[in-house]
This record gives sequence, C-alpha cells and structure tokens, in this order.
Amino acid sequence: MSVAPANPAITEPGRSRSLPDPMRATRRSAASSAKARLTSRIGSVVAIVIAILWTVPTVGLFISSIRPEGEIRTSGWWTFFTSPSFTLENYQEVLFGRASSGALSNFFLNSVVITVPGTLIPLVFATMAAYAFSVLEWRGRDTIFVVVFALQIVPLQMSLIPLLRIFSGTAAADAFPYLAVWVAHAAFAMPLATFLLHNFMSEIPRELLEAARVDGAGHTSVFLKVMLPLLVPAIAAFAIFQFLWVWNDLLVGLTFTGGNNAVQPLTARLAEMAGSRGQDWHLLTAGAFVSIIVPLIVFLSLQKYFVRGLLAGSVKG
Amino acid sequence: MDFFLYSKVGQMLLAVLALLAVVVVLLGGARLADRFAGRSRNFWAAVAFAGPAAVLLGVGLVYPAIRTTIMSFMDRRSENPVGLENYRWIFTDPASLQGFINTFWWVILVPLVSTTVGLIYAILVDNSRFEKVAKSLLFMPMAISFVGAGIIWKFVYEYRGAAQEQIGLLNAILVQLGFEPLRFLQDSPWNTFFLIVVMIWIQAGFAMVLLSAAIKAIPGDIVEAARLDGVNPWQMFWRITVPSVRPTLVVVLTTIIIATLKIFDIPRTMTGARFDTQVLANLMYDQSFTFGNNGIGSALAVMIFVLVVPVVVFNVRQMIRNREVRGA
Repeated sequence: MSVAPANPAITEPGRSRSLPDPMRATRRSAASSAKARLTSRIGSVVAIVIAILWTVPTVGLFISSIRPEGEIRTSGWWTFFTSPSFTLENYQEVLFGRASSGALSNFFLNSVVITVPGTLIPLVFATMAAYAFSVLEWRGRDTIFVVVFALQIVPLQMSLIPLLRIFSGTAAADAFPYLAVWVAHAAFAMPLATFLLHNFMSEIPRELLEAARVDGAGHTSVFLKVMLPLLVPAIAAFAIFQFLWVWNDLLVGLTFTGGNNAVQPLTARLAEMAGSRGQDWHLLTAGAFVSIIVPLIVFLSLQKYFVRGLLAGSVKG
Repeated sequence: MDFFLYSKVGQMLLAVLALLAVVVVLLGGARLADRFAGRSRNFWAAVAFAGPAAVLLGVGLVYPAIRTTIMSFMDRRSENPVGLENYRWIFTDPASLQGFINTFWWVILVPLVSTTVGLIYAILVDNSRFEKVAKSLLFMPMAISFVGAGIIWKFVYEYRGAAQEQIGLLNAILVQLGFEPLRFLQDSPWNTFFLIVVMIWIQAGFAMVLLSAAIKAIPGDIVEAARLDGVNPWQMFWRITVPSVRPTLVVVLTTIIIATLKIFDIPRTMTGARFDTQVLANLMYDQSFTFGNNGIGSALAVMIFVLVVPVVVFNVRQMIRNREVRGA
C-alpha cells in the first residue's frame, strides 16, 4: 500500500461524524427491506459462501502452521480434522532456528523498532501541524493547506530514489540504521494525517478555544489542555491506521533498509523466504502467522477505532 | 549510553526521546513567541507548530518528486540528459508493455469485483443477527499485510504433480472432481488473474465497511415511501439503494483504483513477478533497485503519478458536485 488521497467526500467535516457505526445494526434500512423480500434463503446462502471464501484461506494457513513438517508435506491441512496432530516446532524453528530457517525473532524486533517511531513521529507532528492549519491564523495558511492536501497525489514511488540518496553513505545513516525508514514513513504519512486531523479539529467549537484564550492561555496550553483531550478518538483512529500501515508495509521497508538484514522488517524477510524457500510450507505458514498475529490482535481489539478511521479518511492505498 | 546507541530497542527509545525533546523545544518556543513577539507572534507560533511537518514534506515528498521527474530524463546514473529515451523504452520494451497490460487488468477487475462483492455482502448481512461477526470475517483481510495475504494464497494455489497428493486447497478440489491439477501461478496468462483474486480478497472488506455505513445512512422515510409504492426488491436495489450510496461508490472505486495502480507486494511475494505477471510498480522497483537504472525507474514512477492524477481529479470534482447538490 502507499499514500493515496483521502477521500474528500467522506473526510469533509461534519459528515464523517454523522455516519453511524457500521458495525452496529440499529434500524431497518433500504437494504434490509430489500433483503427481507429477496428470497432470503438464496441471500443467506450467498452470504455464507462469501464468508467461507473469505475465511478458509487464513484458517488453512493457521492449521498448517501447527502441523508437523512431515504431514504438511504429504497431506492437505484439512486432514487435520480427521487425524489431528499438533506441534509448535515450526514456530520454534522459524523464530529461533538457524539463519537460513528465517530467524524471524530478529526481524520481528526490527518491525517493532521500525513501527513505534514510524507511528509516533507522524502522529505528533501532524497533530501539531493540524493545529497550525485550523486554529492559528497566518498569511498564506489556506494556500499551503491546499498544497499539503494535494501532496497526497504523489505516489511513494516518486520519492524513493532521491530520498534514499539523501541518507545513503552519511554518518547519521551508519550510526542509526533505522533513521531512513522512520523519516520515510513519517514523511509519507504526513499529508493524509495532517488533512484528517485538521478536519477533526475544525469541528471543535471555536468558543471553547476562545474562552481559554480570553482566560490568558497561550497557544501551547490551548493545544495541550483543550485541543488534545477533545481529539483523543481521532488521534487513536489515525494511530491504529498508521500502525497497521507501517507494520504491513513492504516497499518502504525493503527500499530504505538497503537490503541490510540487520534492520529489515518481517515483511521483507517473509517476501524473500516466499521466493527462496517457497516449498518449505512449515516455515512459511508459521512465519506468515507470526507477521499476521500482531495486526490481527490490534484489529480485533480496536476494530471500532479502525473502522472510524477508515470512514473518516478512506484508506491509504 | 551504549544501550541507546548500540541496541535496537535503545535506538527506538532514543528516537522517541528525541521526538519528545523536539516537541518540548517547539512548544516552548511557541509559548515564548506568544508572550514577547508583537505582531509576528502568530507567524512564529505557526512556524513552531507546522515547522516539522513542512520539513518532512519538503524533504520527503516535494524535493524527491521534483528530482525524480528530472531524473526520468537522464541516463541510468543520472549523469547525462537523454531526452525522452527512458519513456521510449517503457513504451516499447516487451517486459514493460506486459507490465502495462497486466496493470490494466488489475485496475479494471479489482475495483469492480471487490466493490460488487462488498455491496452485495453489505446488503445481505444488514440487520441480520450475525451482522457484526459476518462483517468482521470479510473485513479481517484488511488487517493482514499484502505479503501475508500473498503467502496465504500461494498455499491455496500450491501445485503438485498429478501423481502426488495435493496439499493446496484448490488443486485438491480439482483432483477430487476428477480434473488435472493446475499450475495456477506459473501458467500465463491466467496466473495474473489468480493474483488479482488476492487483491480482491483484501479490498472487498474495505468496500463493504464504507458501503454498509452509507446504506445505513439512507433516510428511513425514503425506504418507507418506496415500500408503500410497492416496489420489488430489485427496484429497491437499483432505484433506492444504488443512487443513495452513489457518492460512496465513487469514493470506494477511486480509492481502490489508486491502491491497485501501485500494487507491488502481491506479485513480488507470489511469483516474483515472473511468468508474465509483471506490474508497473514492481517494474519500477526492479529497474531502480535491482538493475540500478535510475532513469527508467524514475520514468516509471512518473508514469504511475500520471495515471493516478485523473482518478484523483475525477474524485475531487465529484465531491464538489455533491456539495453543490446538497447546497452546502
């Protein structure tokens, strides 16, 4: 995925909030009555078929990852249901085994080290920038905001080579091998993050801020004490969004770690294994599951915020 | 000190501390500006608040985009100008043309099919007892990386010779039904379409969530009125549901088109872009970083940019039109 334009039609202030929580069934709608009259049996069958198609591949991967290597090689994962056998050896080998078996624990750590600053840096700076664009008044503000918005058009591919060249060979890049990845993720997230948080801030009633200003509070304290607490849901939504994006990214991780195994993220290692060890399904299935489990937990536990973020700003493509 | 400089976790903590320090300095500066500087205080506050974002955007996007455009007219080491030579290459080289054709199929099929599936599913599960769980199932692939999804589906497509036991789900089904097993990922031209399935699998949930929200936002009185007029479900779908969610449909389609234009991870993970499955973004990566040809790589990046622009322009124009209709 890469930076795609947010979605103007639904990022528009005022509209995003009026959308109901899509994960909650509330009242009868056009769709429900259409459905009620449709021969609902066919409808149910179609829905169930789609649900199965969307679930079975992941289930197959997970079941395979806990079967012994010999059985994965010789029989399909569905035989697990008739003759179950269970092992954690695949995980042991792919995480902590020899380097040629993946040694994914190192790459897992790399992913964490890349993702935490890769999420925090753009989040903090975009929140501050959004304040400058929505509350502060200065000449040229609206023009520059349009430019920031327009920058969402620029595909990641446009900036890979020059940005890489800025870092490569410098002392800073040698001392801090993750620096280039952090900066790249922060820069690429900035247009969408600033735009979204600006929209949320624009919805905060001006009177609240004015009241604080009249009481003698400077912008710093208005920002910290009035704005931030009100903005927590929006910030949480974007944080989850950016977290998933950085954790799941391959292109930036591959490019800005310069093929350096010591700092590459999980995704880069897995993509490489899918090529070089394409038949070692006991390693690939367990490895894939290791990389999936973190975003899956985040997703399942914070689904509400994630969906809210999607509805507010579409997705980074 | 060694911990911060020489261990991974230390470096991560150092980065977070540095971020904190920068924020403290900037907000402190903004505070000073607020107190002392007279007329220009808003200007200095703006510099403090928007400064880091401006630097990141300038260094990370504006400068590189300009530089890439210039490099697309220069040779592989960016030393001598070569005019339109790189663009001539990408429009004549067979591998590149293959990339264009495949990308075309990706961009046609992924938005159409995933939006259709998302819309149908959103309608079918709307207000059903299992709505929440049912939606989570379709939506879950959104949380999985393209690399993870690539491996999941590579396993589904796994091929063994006819004499062996099939361990890939699809080939097992084929064999069970009495067919020969297929080499899904190796045999061109169909392999591209089997890769496209993976992207549809990921994007359908996104379409479903946005469309479901739009469906729930359709005013109840419109639905009631239509029902009193005795419309059948088919008419309800085409005359009420689809027109009502049209703005969201446009947004979903354009967003998926843009994501698909830049697809990279799936071909890379599943086929290594071999067997005629090349796409533009992966070709860009190969040319730039595998073959070290900055000229052609940059020209391809510019091509992707040029293809994205009309989609975004269309999207923005739709937004403006919708606003006018609503009289806002």
